[in-house]
Parts: sequence; C-alpha cells; structure tokens
Amino acid sequence: MGINGIVKGLGITLKHFIETYWVDIKYKGKRYGTESGIEDRKSFDTKGIFTVQYPEEKIKVPEAFRYIPFLVYDEGELGEKEIRCTSCGICAKVCPPQCIWITRSVNPETGKPVPKPAKFFIDVDICMNCGLCAEFCPFEAIRMDHDYEIANIDRFAHHIYDLDKLLKPASYYAEIRPTQFKEEEDARKEKEAKKAAARAAKQT
Amino acid sequence: MQSEKINKPDINIPPELQSQVAVTTLDRIYNWSRASSLWPMMFGLACCAIEMIITAASRVDFSRFGMEVMRPSPRQADVMIVSGTVTKKMVPQIVRLFNQMGEPKYVVAMGACASGGGPFKEGYNVVSGIDKFLPVDVYIPGCPPTPQALLHGLLVLQKKIEKEKLTDAEWYKKDFHEEIPIPILGPDLLDPRKFHLFKKELETTTEEFLIESDAKGEEA
Amino acid sequence: MEEKVLVSDLPALDSLYPEKVILDTRSGYGGFIVQREFLLELFKDIHDVWGYDMLSSITGVDYFPEMMEVVYHFYRSLGGGALVLKVQVPRDDAVVPSIFSIYNGAEFQEREAWDLLGIKFDGHPDLRRILMWEGFAGHPLRKDWKEAYYEEDTKPFSSRWPEGVAEHAEKKNLFKANVKYPDNFDPDKWIASGEEALYLGLQKSKNDQDMETESIVINLGPQHPSTHGVFRMAALIEGEAIIDLKPAFGYLHRNHEKIGERNTFLQNMPFTDRLDYISSMSNNFGYALAVEKLMGVKPPERAEYIRVIMAELTRIVSHFISTGFLLNDLGAFFTPALYALKERELILDVFEAVSGSRMMCNYFRFGGVVRDLPAGIHETIKNLAFERLPGKVDELDQLLTGNEIVRSRCIGIGVLTAEQAINLSATGPILRASGVPYDIRRADPYSIYDRFDFDIPVLYHGDIYDRYLIRIEEMRQSIRIIQQAITQIPEGPVFEGKPQYQVKVPAGEAYGRVEAPKGELGFYVVSNGQANPWRYHVRAPSFINLTSLRQMCLNYKVADVVAILGSIDIVLGEVDR
Ligand code: SF4
Ligand code: SF4
Ligand code: SF4
Repeated sequence: MGINGIVKGLGITLKHFIETYWVDIKYKGKRYGTESGIEDRKSFDTKGIFTVQYPEEKIKVPEAFRYIPFLVYDEGELGEKEIRCTSCGICAKVCPPQCIWITRSVNPETGKPVPKPAKFFIDVDICMNCGLCAEFCPFEAIRMDHDYEIANIDRFAHHIYDLDKLLKPASYYAEIRPTQFKEEEDARKEKEAKKAAARAAKQT
Repeated sequence: MQSEKINKPDINIPPELQSQVAVTTLDRIYNWSRASSLWPMMFGLACCAIEMIITAASRVDFSRFGMEVMRPSPRQADVMIVSGTVTKKMVPQIVRLFNQMGEPKYVVAMGACASGGGPFKEGYNVVSGIDKFLPVDVYIPGCPPTPQALLHGLLVLQKKIEKEKLTDAEWYKKDFHEEIPIPILGPDLLDPRKFHLFKKELETTTEEFLIESDAKGEEA
Repeated sequence: MEEKVLVSDLPALDSLYPEKVILDTRSGYGGFIVQREFLLELFKDIHDVWGYDMLSSITGVDYFPEMMEVVYHFYRSLGGGALVLKVQVPRDDAVVPSIFSIYNGAEFQEREAWDLLGIKFDGHPDLRRILMWEGFAGHPLRKDWKEAYYEEDTKPFSSRWPEGVAEHAEKKNLFKANVKYPDNFDPDKWIASGEEALYLGLQKSKNDQDMETESIVINLGPQHPSTHGVFRMAALIEGEAIIDLKPAFGYLHRNHEKIGERNTFLQNMPFTDRLDYISSMSNNFGYALAVEKLMGVKPPERAEYIRVIMAELTRIVSHFISTGFLLNDLGAFFTPALYALKERELILDVFEAVSGSRMMCNYFRFGGVVRDLPAGIHETIKNLAFERLPGKVDELDQLLTGNEIVRSRCIGIGVLTAEQAINLSATGPILRASGVPYDIRRADPYSIYDRFDFDIPVLYHGDIYDRYLIRIEEMRQSIRIIQQAITQIPEGPVFEGKPQYQVKVPAGEAYGRVEAPKGELGFYVVSNGQANPWRYHVRAPSFINLTSLRQMCLNYKVADVVAILGSIDIVLGEVDR
C-alpha cells in the first residue's frame, strides 16, 4: 500500500496550519477583536483561523436576520407609546404554528372594537421564527428581532411574551433594520405628501 | 482571565502577586473547574443538532470553554444538549440516556422544540418539551438557535453552575437517587408517574378532575 | 452530456385495457384509475412492456367519507414525464395488492401508507408499522382520527383572534401532556407488544457451512454517533458478516403531513424547511413547484434565476456535509468535516443575508421569492462561485480522493447494481453512482435548468467510493451552473402579482418534483379548492433511498455498515418527516 495519498492530504492540513500564522503576521496582531478582523473571517478569501470568539467578538447578523418577532411602537411627543398594531389579526391568521394570540380592545361604552390590541401574546416555545407575521403585517407593526441572547432558566416565567415584553421602540427597529425602515418611512412620507397634495388640489 | 473567576473578589491580593496567588473558597474552585470542563453528550435529535455541530466546529468553536469533548456515551458526559424535537418514540431512549449519566448532570433544552414542543407541538408524536420528563437547567428559545445563541445558553449554564454550593449538592447526599421512570410506548405514550390518573379518569369526569387539579396547582 | 429524451406519449391505457382501466376525469386530476383486481397484472405490463421501471412514489389519500385512494407515480429511467395510476378502495375495506414483487422500492412506502392511513397491502412481506410504534392506537392520517391537541380541522384557529389569550395546550389535557388513550384504557391490564416483530422480521438465512456458527442480532442507534441522527437499524450478523438488516424509523416522526393538511398552503412553506434541514432551499423549491402547478402561475425571470442559484448553493452545502461526515464515519475524526463546514458557513452567510435565517430559509413563495437579493450579495455569490468554491472543492478532492485508507475502505464496498438501484427506487447520487444517468434536471427539466450547460456525472461501480466521487463532481457542476446563472441573471421583479397570505388554489392534484441533493424530492398535493391542502404528501429521497440499505449491506462487514449509511447521506428530518 502506498502512502502518496496520505502524504498529500497531510500537506493540505499543514498548509492550513501555516496559513493561520501567516495571516496573523500579516495583520500584525490586529486580527482578533477588531471589526476588520471579523470582516476578514467572513469574507470569501478568508484563510487561517476562522473562529469568531464569541462572546468577546460577535458575528454581525445581516439585516434580514430573524429571530423572535417584536411589536413596534412609535414614541409620541410626551413619551407615550403609540402602538402601531391595529389588532387586525392577520399575523395571527398567517402564523404557521399558530403561536400568536391577540385580544382586540373594545370600547367599554359602545362595545365596538377599537383598533388596538388589549393583549398580545407570542409563545416563543412554538414560534418557528419564520417571519411570515412580519411579512404580511399591513401596518409595519410586527418585525423580526435580532436579539438572540435570550437563554434563561425558567420557561414558564419567560417564554410567553406579552405586550410588555414584545413592545420595542421604532428607533430600535431603525437601528437593526436600517434599509427596510428607511424604505417604509419613505413610502409613508410619499403617501402622506400625495394625500396632502390631493387635499390641496381639492380645496383650490 | 480565568483567575478572575476563581479569585474570591472581596479579598485583596497585591497586584504583583496576582498571577501567582489566588485566594478562593472550595465552592468556587469546585464550581470553576466543573463549569470550565462541561462535556456535552454527542447526541442530536433534529435540525437543532446541526447548529450544535456548527457550534462545535471552527466558526464558533466551544472548545474555547472546555466543551470540545463531545462524548457519545452518557457515562462520560456532564451536560445533555437536547437539540431538537423530542418525539414520543424517542423519549424512552432519552430518559434512559439521562438516567445513565453520572451526577452532577445538566440538561440544556435547545430550541423551541426541546423547550416546549416547537412548531410541531400539535403533532401526535411530539412531546411538548423535554421538561415533561427531565429537569431542564437552561432553555434556549429560537428555531433553530444560532450557534452564538447556543453558546450564550451554555454560558448561562456556566453561570448557573458557578452559583452552586457544595453543601447543597444533592448528589453527595446519602440516599440520593434520581432515576426517572422510563416512559412506555402503549397505545400512546405512557408515563409511569401518571398511572394513578387513569384510576381517576375512570372515577371522575374530566371536568371535575380539571377543577380539582387546578386547585392543586400545576404539577411539576 | 446525455441525449435528451423527449417525453414519449403516455400509453393510452384506457383504450388498451378497456373496462379495467379508466381515465381519471375529475377536474384537475390526471392519470388512470385501475380496478383493484387487475392491479398486479397491469403493473407487470407497465414495468415490462411500457418501460416504466422506476416507481417514484406511493401515496395514500383519504377521500373521507367516500373512499381511500392509492396513487402511484411511475417514471422511465430513460427520462420523461410521469405515469400516474390510482386505485380506489372503500374505506372500511382498504386492501390493495402489494406491488413489492414487481417494484422492490415499494417496501417502505407501502408500510408507510399502512401505518398512517391503515391501507393494507396484500402480499407485502413485512407489513408492520413504520413511523409510529407497533401498538399505537389508530391510523393518524385518516381524516376522522384526531390527535390529543386537536383544535380545529383547519388553520387559522378561531381561538387566536380576536379574543385570543395564550395558554399552553397541555393545560387542557387530562394528563397535562400530548397524549390521548382509547376509552377505558387501563394500564394495569395492558400488554406490551411490538419489539419482537422487528427481530422476527430479520430472516435467518440458511447456515450451510460445516462449522457451527450462531447468528446474533445487533442494534445500532437510535443514539449512535454515526447514524446521523436518530436512525436505528437492527442487523443480523454471523461473525462479522451482515446476513440481514432492517432499518427502524420514526424516532423523529414529527407528523409533517398531518400538520401540513391543517395548514394553509403558505403556512406549509416554513415547515418544508424542516424536512431536509440541511437543504431547505431545495425543499422550498419542490413545494413551490407543486403548488404553482396547481395554481398555474409562473415566477418571473429573475426569480427563476435566484431559485436556481439558491438550489445549487444548497446542493453544494449538502454535498460538503455529506462528504465531511462520510469521512467522520470512516474514522477521520473531524478534520475533513471541519474543512467542509467552514465552506458551508460561508454559503450559509449568503442564505442568512438573503432569507434571514441560516438553515430555515423559508424563501420561496408561489410565484417567486420573498425578496430580492440584498445589496452586495450578488458580488458575494460571484466571488464564492468564481474564486472560493472551485478551489475548495479541489482541495477536498486532493485531501481525500487519493487517500489510501479512504480507497481501501470504500472501493468495492456497498455495491448496488444499476438494476437493483432502479428497482429499489433509489434516486440521486446513489442511482448515478450505479451507472444510471438519471437526473431530473435533465430527464424531466423544471424551472430553467434547460438553459444551463452542465453535465450529469455518472459512474458505474455503485460502491461507496463512486458515490463519494459523484458528489465531488456534482459540486463542480453546481458551481458551473451558479457561474452561468449569476452572470446571466436579469434585472426585474422577483414576484408575480401581489404577495398574499391566503392563496387561491384551484381543486386538483399536482406532483412537483425536484432533484434535491439527496435525490428525487416530490410533493404530492391535493387541493379541494379551499385554503388548506386536502392531502399533502412528501416523497422524501432519504427515506426511499434507505430501501436499498439492506441490499447494499448484505455480506459486508459490520464496520462497513456505518460507511454505507454515510454514503447514502440521510437526513432524519426527511426520513421520518
Ligand atoms: S398583522 Fe400587524 S397590525 Fe395586524 S394584528 Fe398583527 S401586528 Fe397587529
Ligand atoms: S415568526 Fe412565524 S411562527 Fe413566529 S410568530 Fe411570526 S408567523 Fe408565527
Ligand atoms: S426548534 Fe426548530 S430548528 Fe430546532 S429542532 Fe425544532 S423545528 Fe428544528
């Protein structure tokens, strides 16, 4: 039995081994813990050590990344929370494992429904992070979060998210999904401008 | 870095000695050594198992935390990462594996499925969370949790271990015996701990029973 | 490149066999309905005379309350379209002759239909439950069977909105768990059954040697590091040699089809991700094709290109994994697997940026894809396809192909001949390693695969080594396709029409199939015009490829079984569904 194949294979392993040091020398010790270093380890021509040293370094998640959904609220002038959700129920209908529960608000005097959720639950033990709720929400009210560091030691206390836990400000949304947020804001402004123009046209 | 964990924080050691001397308690050193060499069991159930393998692979590499020794044998493992959907057909084996692990042992429920049933919860062959049978220490939501999320969960487990006390450690007590009865595959999954409920079912109607058990509170 | 076989005319069975075969004239349906008594005779002709030698899938459908139907899809190994045959039986007398004697590949599929739908196959050699355990009460896919957490027949459930309050489903159950027992069930009087049947199923072969040897049964799995998940097999061995082997399934049976029939069409999309969780994009592809066939929509150009790119990237991912872990099974602990996983990570980064999730992409929609490629991803894919991946595939090739240990462990082991492979319904790299140049992308082209220039690699030994080589070569071909697609991709919309969460699907049936990395992945969908599919069946390649495991292992050594299993490349999410 020859050993050519084995020697050749070992050569490849050796190459990987040496490359690690070669890249480290090239980066002059700046490869770890720096933004550009992490970027390098994600790039298509990365060589050498590939490990991103979580928790000191973190791989930046792309904008489309989805984990658990959250509800967006706009901050009013007085700091009050203007929930975008109108409790239209589309997300609850589209959710594949049916892990969204919504109770619609009702005006206590008239008994008519009010477009605000009274209760909103997501059971994260069922949620499959599919993003369909965010995809089909007509009011840009539910979006997929980027926060994945949510391990805990008691699921009964933590895993049914209610309105309190789900609500996050629009500024947070803008931070994790800048492109999408900007697109939506632009679209909305355009719409409003059009409306205003139409109204102005009517008045004259 | 490590001596930070091992040192008792409220004792001042002169800086020049810090690399040579550490003052600590027995608890601390005991927990520190256990937490820094958690050996997970090499055992995957479903999709989440792939992310577990990735956590072991070079991108995230949990060997940096002393967890690289993945053991296929339960006897040599400290932590069981339940990585995926627990089905009724599989749960007897999982419980058996857990029983075979040596104390102290920990269970991490990785992903929605292992924590509480997951997207397949409504299915007829799915157990709604491994905590119906095993004592779970850390739950990691997500479907699947990304490798970094799993690693975060394991760090949470390490923190939990660091809080333990030698004096409370149950597994050193004399008549400590924690063996979980193995579920049986009957016409549906049979849990030996719930056999008494059948008697009840025959006697009381469902509604009465529910009222009764609600009064008693949720059983573990 | 193999000759492209044009779809030859389907035999007009109804005029050839009048009175015994009739055309299926229900609107939206196709194929022929066969008399039950005549089934075996006809199928012999189909096989011998008409050359439909590949049995693709067997699906049981419960047309509650009228009847049960068994749907057979046949193909020719030369290529071309499907021949669909059906047999209808009353629900209370659901017995169909087994076609195992003609098509050995029917073995597990018939067992599955028996297990889940209670259709008996007369003459099947080993008709036991396959996914559930022996002794389980009821046949869950029957429409009148309800599970413990049953809420409503179809989603969305009305308890979720407008007055939804979250609660754990187990709270409502008497046992606080997902269980349901027959009325008056008493555990004290209950007698266990089941496991023996598996062992009895292993035939003892005749011992005609002089020396007295004793055969023993060994079990591998479900908890075993080299079974790639929770797969289990029981092998009958004599000394070191395997004389019989039976796989045991169901340890990851997640009731995909039952849940799928309750979901709306769109809601099934993220569930398909979890079938073969290594190649979710391919699963999306197959399901989207099936439903698009029913709906009669076609995605726009750009979406087609994106789909092909994603599907081929997935193939590379899957083959990297399978090669890496094959080596793990051979004992090369982790080095090749780590190299393979590293490349996979780079591709997964693309998936994550495009679809939002590394593994569970949920990226395809009926009539396109969710969103366009985000900024910069076009460049990344280009770089990967032109710069990174070709070199890395070569590197893996150099690392392993010539290795003497790999060669001596793989060459000549686990042989499957071409005839056996076809008869056992093997598909994908296994079939092609046995010398049958059958690849759906060429044999029955879908999407826009007919535009690209690529080869279908074929090898002729049918052993582990050839399967490994096929995978390496297929990665190269996939890279070729990606290179062409990413340079040709046009601008334009990626979705036809307006995205809707409630799609209108006309009544009818459709079978969509793609060449997934593991083999032929088919989705058989029946719609009755409502929001939910009436029947949703997955023809899972890893599951059906396992039919040939026994044949591959016979007379080889115990140590080879692990490698043979690795070379089939199974993913349990798909095997057990
Ligand atoms: S779809 Fe959007 S607006 Fe409608 S209930 Fe859900 S979150 Fe609220
Ligand atoms: S991400 Fe999917 S599973 Fe989770 S709440 Fe939204 S729709 Fe439901
Ligand atoms: S939590 Fe999601 S990814 Fe994990 S096993 Fe369950 S379905 Fe698969």
